[in-house]
Amino acid sequence: MATLKINGVDYRLDVEGEMPLLWVLRDELGLTGTKFGCGIGACGACTVHVNGAAMRSCVTPVQAVDGAEITTIEGLAEAVNGTSPEAPALTRVQQAWIDYQVPQCGYCQSGMIMAVTDLLNNNPDPSDAEIDRSLSNICRCGSTPRIRRAIRALATA
Amino acid sequence: MKISRRRFLLSTAVIGGGLLIGYAATRPSRHRLANETLGSDGQRYLTTWLRIDPDNRVTVYIPHSEMGQGVHTSLAMMAADEMDADWELVTARQAPATDLFANGDLITGFASEFGVPAFLNPILAASSVRISQLVNLQTTGGSSSVRFTGEHGMRNSGAAAREMLIACAAERWGVPAEECFTRLSHVHHNASGRSLSYGELAAAAAELEPPENPRLKQPAEFTLMGKALSRSDIPPKVNGSARYGIDAYSEDMLVAAIRLAPVFGSRLLSVDASQALSRPGVRRVIELEDSVAVVADNYWRAREALKLVKAEFSQTEFDNVSTAAIYARFDQVLASDDGKKDREIGDTPAALEQASEIIEASYHVPYLAHAPMEPMNCTVHFHDGGAEVWTSTQDNLGIRGRVASVAGLDEDAVTMHPVYLGGGFGRRLPFNWNMIDHATLIAREFEVPVKTVFSREDDMQQDYYRPAVASNFRAAFDAAGNVTAWENRFTGPIQTPGAAHIPYNITNQSIRVVDAETHVPIAAWRSVDHSQQTFFTESFIDEVAHRAGRNPYQFRLDLLADHPRHRRVLEVAAEGAGYGRNLPDGHAMGIAVQESFGSIVAEIAEVSLEAGGELRVHKVTCAIDCGRAINPDTVEQQVESGIIFGLTAALYGEITIENGRVAQQNFPDYDMVRMAQTPDVQVHIVESGEKLGGLGEPATPPIAAAVANAAYILTGQRIRELPFKNHDLSRSTPVALQ
Repeated sequence: MATLKINGVDYRLDVEGEMPLLWVLRDELGLTGTKFGCGIGACGACTVHVNGAAMRSCVTPVQAVDGAEITTIEGLAEAVNGTSPEAPALTRVQQAWIDYQVPQCGYCQSGMIMAVTDLLNNNPDPSDAEIDRSLSNICRCGSTPRIRRAIRALATA
Repeated sequence: MKISRRRFLLSTAVIGGGLLIGYAATRPSRHRLANETLGSDGQRYLTTWLRIDPDNRVTVYIPHSEMGQGVHTSLAMMAADEMDADWELVTARQAPATDLFANGDLITGFASEFGVPAFLNPILAASSVRISQLVNLQTTGGSSSVRFTGEHGMRNSGAAAREMLIACAAERWGVPAEECFTRLSHVHHNASGRSLSYGELAAAAAELEPPENPRLKQPAEFTLMGKALSRSDIPPKVNGSARYGIDAYSEDMLVAAIRLAPVFGSRLLSVDASQALSRPGVRRVIELEDSVAVVADNYWRAREALKLVKAEFSQTEFDNVSTAAIYARFDQVLASDDGKKDREIGDTPAALEQASEIIEASYHVPYLAHAPMEPMNCTVHFHDGGAEVWTSTQDNLGIRGRVASVAGLDEDAVTMHPVYLGGGFGRRLPFNWNMIDHATLIAREFEVPVKTVFSREDDMQQDYYRPAVASNFRAAFDAAGNVTAWENRFTGPIQTPGAAHIPYNITNQSIRVVDAETHVPIAAWRSVDHSQQTFFTESFIDEVAHRAGRNPYQFRLDLLADHPRHRRVLEVAAEGAGYGRNLPDGHAMGIAVQESFGSIVAEIAEVSLEAGGELRVHKVTCAIDCGRAINPDTVEQQVESGIIFGLTAALYGEITIENGRVAQQNFPDYDMVRMAQTPDVQVHIVESGEKLGGLGEPATPPIAAAVANAAYILTGQRIRELPFKNHDLSRSTPVALQ
């Protein structure tokens, strides 16, 4: 049994404690915005926020985050901008992803956006070296030059 | 190859009372898959469609998959521009996977260009007559969407619609059509000040016979083509709402994890599933010819249970095959067999005989996996005598046919649901069927939807790989130091005719291929044969230049006197990169150029050697001549993408075979260029106005040679085997550049 608050909603889940958070989200709750890429924490496609910090959900047993607040890509805008009717539907990172036409196939971008959001929360103006160190997510389409441009624009905005 | 084809425009009001226009052609036979017999040969139509609704909205049906290349936007732009539609009112939709929406422009485009592309070879293997089946495709591959489907089908459909709408308005007003003009989804008549929206005219226009040869716009008249418009597929990709195949979900869905025979060609002998069946959520264990699958209510549960399944697979004659043995065989066949002609010009043996000097070099590159970020998956729901399918594929019609044939259903009983692709790169082309067959056979056992998902390890070990290739070169010089002959022997099969050809003016050329098939399944991988051949030819021409004591850039230009487009991209890239300027200490530039899929690309890589002996690529300057840019921003995206894809392969990419099976398992041992290794990429689009070229692939081929050519200057070491990670460059002697 695990108790989680996911995107502001409380869940009590009758699942094995070892089940990775990724499969709770995707297969138990149908929250498919968080992606399966490697299953071993190597690619970052499954990145979510646990109590506000980026975490790779494919290697995070649900029992390790019992009681935590989880934010997935589906709930990111509300978590960042609030739930009032006037709140923007996208975060500034998501908007920058559109402005700079970052995604190609887009499959890695949920995790990428979660990772970049965490990076900028902790370091609003990261250097190139800090971006390199912080972002180890894999994008097979090669959107990384645009990701760097988008982060630079967000940092100086 | 000759294709008998009659083209005409087909107009029918089928959907929602709107005007539907397609650019159509007859199709001589029913599409069946390679290993099936031909179906009935009733005449059918293949079309790309526009739909106009009474509220003036336009829907463009795109017979291609959206996998991030922006094709749903670019193709809609082409149709909308020709019909003078208001872009704000235009929506692009994936064309339904039905015969009516099969895409004939693709095959005529390929046929006129360079014959049939590699991924279609299996369908041709039995008989060239089967070319007729190719017209029933919705394939996305060969960098073909914009240059073939867009340039022919979309533009003609849009132009025909515009003329029909004008004719309809002119008749209604009783004025000559020549006095009417179109703008922003309206027909106007200046003299009387009248105007009607397309939506108001659509129903009547659908009754008209469409023009056979509608007038296409000149580039100066374009209102959308040539503009960097935002891609329509991006907003759903930033908030988690974009649906990929793997995201198919229903409350009652089951999920299958599968273990396939580790050696290609092996068969399942026996299974002990007793432990697996007692695991939570597990419904069944299913044995297939070459695999065993656990079906559960959750993917993790299925995969955990699969670990407890004991399965025995048959031995094969390939159980001792290793990469070393494959390379040894390549060397042996190249030494013992003169192969088949790929290109012969002049008298190469005589030139070698008379040479003052000969240089030779042997190259090879490994197998590569596609490794799209979305692991292979397919969901099938059998019910009511038919099947629904959700899968990320580069050919929805092909998958429909495949599922139907595996399940023993009529094709019309199979419904494809369009989804986004989490990467394709050739992995999701027709004939790479393994995943689809398994998913169909597993789901057939259930009444609820069943999603079969490859793990990353399955994906890496059960791919259809970019072939490993070996290539031996000799070049001859005369007494004056001029290169007089180019000899190349490489291992086949050829998947992309012409990839090993060089544009350089060398009088004697002998390029021959020796087939050396292995048990490792192969397929098209982004840019297909160009990915290997460009590394070989653009590295060896660099060797020739250095041996001749020439600057590699100037040397290329001198040998490209009759290839002005090649010269131009080289010059633009060189100017953009500041080729020849003083570089920071320890930096060097390497250059490569290649024509593929109708586009010509030059790339200059600025590279340094890091303290650990590792190469670092700082910047890649690319010039591409794709004729014209339909959407300059997606051109840049595809070039950035292609370069990084090729750089990943050059630096790290290597699939090795041990005991007949693939050794690599996941990203740690099949690594990728990430943020830290990403170079600055500068793209220069050269608008030659020539025929449209492709974009998805042409930027990938040159990068490996460009980096290798820079590495040679930095280290004095000529890298003739990829990937770079296998080379120790720490002890090196820089080379002076002429």
